[in-house]
Amino acid sequence: MFGWEFPPHIAGGLGTACYGMTKGLAHNGVEVLFVMPSASGDEDQSSVRIINASDVAVYDLRLDVDEFLGKVQFLRVGSNIHPYIDPENFTELVETERQYQKEEFRMYFRQKYKFSGKYGANLMEEVSRYAMVAGAIAADGGFDVIHAHDWLTYMAGIAAKRVSGKPLVIHVHATEFDRGSNVNPEVYRLEKMGMDEADKVITVSNLTRNIVVNKYGIDPAKVVTVHNAVDFSGRSAVDAVRNVPEKVITFLGRITFQKGPEYFIEAAAKVLKMCPEGVRFVMAGSGDMMNRCIRQVARRGISDKFHFTGFLKGDDVQKMFALSDVYVMPSVSEPFGISPLEAMKSDVPAIISKQSGVAEVLKYAIKVDFWDIDALADAMYALLQYPALSKVAIEKGRQEVDSLKWDNAAAKVKAVYESAVSGK
Amino acid sequence: MGKNVCLYFQVHQPDRLRQFRFFDIGNETHYFDDFANRTIMRRIADRCYLRANNILLELIRRNGGAFKVAFSISGTAMEQFALYAPEVIDSFRALAATGCVEFLAETCSHSLASLFSEKEFKKQVKEHSAMVHKLFGVKPVTFRNTELIYSDAIGETVASMGFSAMLTEGAKHILGWKSPNFIYTNAINPRLKLLLRNFSLSDDIAFRFSDKGWASWPLTADIYAGWLEDALRSDDVVNLFMDYETFGEHQKAESGIFDFLTALPAEAMARGIRFRTPGEVVRECQPVAPLHVGFPISWSDEERDTSAWLGNELQSEAFSKACALEKDVARAKDAKLTSVYRKLQESDHFYYMSTKFFSDGSVHSYFNPYDTPYEAFINYMNVLSDFEIRVKEKIKENNGK
Repeated sequence: MFGWEFPPHIAGGLGTACYGMTKGLAHNGVEVLFVMPSASGDEDQSSVRIINASDVAVYDLRLDVDEFLGKVQFLRVGSNIHPYIDPENFTELVETERQYQKEEFRMYFRQKYKFSGKYGANLMEEVSRYAMVAGAIAADGGFDVIHAHDWLTYMAGIAAKRVSGKPLVIHVHATEFDRGSNVNPEVYRLEKMGMDEADKVITVSNLTRNIVVNKYGIDPAKVVTVHNAVDFSGRSAVDAVRNVPEKVITFLGRITFQKGPEYFIEAAAKVLKMCPEGVRFVMAGSGDMMNRCIRQVARRGISDKFHFTGFLKGDDVQKMFALSDVYVMPSVSEPFGISPLEAMKSDVPAIISKQSGVAEVLKYAIKVDFWDIDALADAMYALLQYPALSKVAIEKGRQEVDSLKWDNAAAKVKAVYESAVSGK
Repeated sequence: MGKNVCLYFQVHQPDRLRQFRFFDIGNETHYFDDFANRTIMRRIADRCYLRANNILLELIRRNGGAFKVAFSISGTAMEQFALYAPEVIDSFRALAATGCVEFLAETCSHSLASLFSEKEFKKQVKEHSAMVHKLFGVKPVTFRNTELIYSDAIGETVASMGFSAMLTEGAKHILGWKSPNFIYTNAINPRLKLLLRNFSLSDDIAFRFSDKGWASWPLTADIYAGWLEDALRSDDVVNLFMDYETFGEHQKAESGIFDFLTALPAEAMARGIRFRTPGEVVRECQPVAPLHVGFPISWSDEERDTSAWLGNELQSEAFSKACALEKDVARAKDAKLTSVYRKLQESDHFYYMSTKFFSDGSVHSYFNPYDTPYEAFINYMNVLSDFEIRVKEKIKENNGK
């Protein structure tokens, strides 16, 4: 399996999804060799910690741990691949860290993989380099199916397929159309190439499936939707004492165009106009639109009731949910969107946009169009003012989330593997 | 009349805020980064205040009272001296005892109160005057507003409080062809005399002194005294107003700034130049004209206006939210909350939110503990939100009694 991140060092939902999926696959009797690029030395250490130190914290049963560790092997590849960065930003990022990384690279990787010792200054080069490594790994054999997550790893998947002749399944968590208004043709080309070469394509929602079929021209017969699930085992409860007397409405995620933060702010301004006391808004996370959002909040004159936390790590995410009364995900385009499930698991009712994949599996979340700030404000207001509504949303929401198990999702993934192997 | 030079040094240190996260709102009550405030105060006391004070004391003694200076020490600086560097207060007292030093009045918390509330402004000025009187035994008669902010209306308020003179910037867009080297008066109340900063000659010391790319580097007291003489050929007074931290902090000791300071009085006096305090200048020199200043000016940045503190939407938002609390704080009737409210009004908090990185950015970033104006804004608003909760709780408590 080719991925790019794994908990706890994650930038988005993909790492969490890969984690749940590999665990679910292990329960379904599938052995996984997980290959991931590592961006820095610091990430290396954190992942070593996943395996060594987190046994008790992450898993309920020791038996479970051994079974899991027996089936999932980690293999790390030195690479600069970093999720959620487009080629332009990437160049900038690389320039600043180049010197440091160059040395690091020499230390860890040159001897082993015999690369030139020079780090590519653009993302595409990195993708290719990752593919080369993938080919080398695939040559060792010992597997039946190749599974690649998102475009950065598609080339690696293709390389592995060509070297080994084994079937390729690619997993579409997001497409270039979800990442912003400008579609990068190079990324699109890679994505299409991956989908064309794949024996099976898994999409995380029907929304994404439609994009894959319509915008990439992929044969619908080989595209299968497997909705993500959530795994809350091993999550310890956090103590969070409510810090403000007001109710708290939270946006939690990357502050980027795709996530629709400005609709949240506009709706917040409307709600605050209706009830200036008794409610606060929090935008947790960071992203390229953060500064713009801060200015927008200042312009609306609501900054004494609207707070920014910056990027939240580890327990702070849990803490944030524990302090929230309403969770809002107004995404403009969201292939799936796992965080509303986390919110509902923490007994926080969620408002989600109809343009998110997760809307396909949730019945008890309030759904609005992302652009409809009146409807959004209305929903926020209702959840604040009518306890009966929030009570139902909380109770039913928790039951709903509990029924979304990775074991079930992984069973579907396994079925896709089987059909890929049998060539049907 | 005669050739006069008026030296005034501003002494101020802000109460920097600690990192205050959303999770701290409602849970934490301490807002200030005591460690940073203490460390910086100790450093500047050693590098600048104590050293420069010794030099000034020596100069006054050597010249038998012919050398004079003025200070304005913000209330926050006085409080920090008392907490972290009490010997600095002693050394200022020694200067005060010579009778050659004038202490000016300002707002106690170096605030922008003059821009939003006359009532709050007057309270803060009175508080500051009382502090000065308590520490140095003198009652200030000359006023200097935060960052030399001035307008006709502010001048009128200051005059109504009984001050006879006020300091401000000799801003080009206000003066036009006129020279800053004369005494002017407030346009509404001519009793209030205005001393205008000669920014060119002041900044030669404050900003350019150690700049090796500057055509006049290295600047000696001899050359500089010559410039003063030229400026005073037909004018009355050159006002050299600058931050006291110029000596030893902005301009490092290695640049020779202390030697320059030591040598300057003798060089100037040799050319017939007299040193006068602002109070003396307005008594001795006749005002030449009223000065019209419709919109507030200051000594900051190229624009010489209030845009360094209130130039962007973040700053206006934070400032207006802070100002909006005035009445509630008064109703809470709590000494501690009032004192914190004053500290939250320090102009520095708003300065950190400035987005003027390009023209005067180097100065801005020197003074700034935050990486970006956005961080400064978020942190300030979090603190202010918590403060608002405390104030409301207190009011509720008062009403319950």
